[in-house]
Amino acid sequence: MNRYENVIAQSGSQAVSSNKVLKNTYMLLSATLGFSALTAVASMAIGVPPIAYLISVIAAMVLGIFVLPRTANSSSGLGVIFLITGLLGFGLGSVLSMYLALPNGPQVIATAFAGTGIIFLGLSGYALTSKRDFSFMGGFLFAGMMVVVLAMIGNIFLQLPALSLAVSAGIILLMSGFILFDTSRIIRGGETNYIMATYGLYLSVFNIFISLLNILGIMGGDE
Amino acid sequence: MEWMQILAVVAGIMMLFVLWPAYKHWSANSPKAEAGDWQAVLLPLAAVVGLVVLLIMSVR
Repeated sequence: MNRYENVIAQSGSQAVSSNKVLKNTYMLLSATLGFSALTAVASMAIGVPPIAYLISVIAAMVLGIFVLPRTANSSSGLGVIFLITGLLGFGLGSVLSMYLALPNGPQVIATAFAGTGIIFLGLSGYALTSKRDFSFMGGFLFAGMMVVVLAMIGNIFLQLPALSLAVSAGIILLMSGFILFDTSRIIRGGETNYIMATYGLYLSVFNIFISLLNILGIMGGDE
Repeated sequence: MEWMQILAVVAGIMMLFVLWPAYKHWSANSPKAEAGDWQAVLLPLAAVVGLVVLLIMSVR
């Protein structure tokens, strides 16, 4: 086998491996989103208080930071990702209950759900078909996230609706960037662990949905 | 509720501690953007902005 045949064989095997990671990621993402929907419905049926959202997010964050990276290479990683997404879905249920109590709440939720689906499918399709390398955005995306988190911390004390809207808009744009970034990393072999890849994409979808809910809830209200 | 605010601030600070090493890693190891790369990002992001505006109009 000459040098060129070697290169072709190597890039061929990398493409097969990337396709496998991508397929497994989308399958696990569908399963975790479905599981989150189930836990959200359960939490709405029980009628958990709004504080459950904050507690669930913190618990999921702790699991995502300290447990998932250590278990992602074993089968227990699957259990951990379902635990994280189940917790986030459970917390989301309390937020959805609050929105359902608004006059146009069901419409806001349905619109945010449809919008999130269109954004995710559109951006994933774009990253898959353009085959561009979006990893150059890495530093910019993480810097942007830190600015948004600082603004969020500031708004806990300031309670400004305009800042809340700006933070939600910023999160939607940053998470859209992360969908392009994560998808291109999977295609190009930068991310070979489908559990970690699912976690990244799930967080983008979850954050886009929550931010859209916030924007539509504020802008769609009469007051 | 004051303790909820404290909890939220703690969660935010925790996120900053997680984001900082990721930022340092990617700002040091990201490949440089080539000509046309940023345009390829801004195009879909502009479409996202347009979609969000449409969604806002649909719920008003």
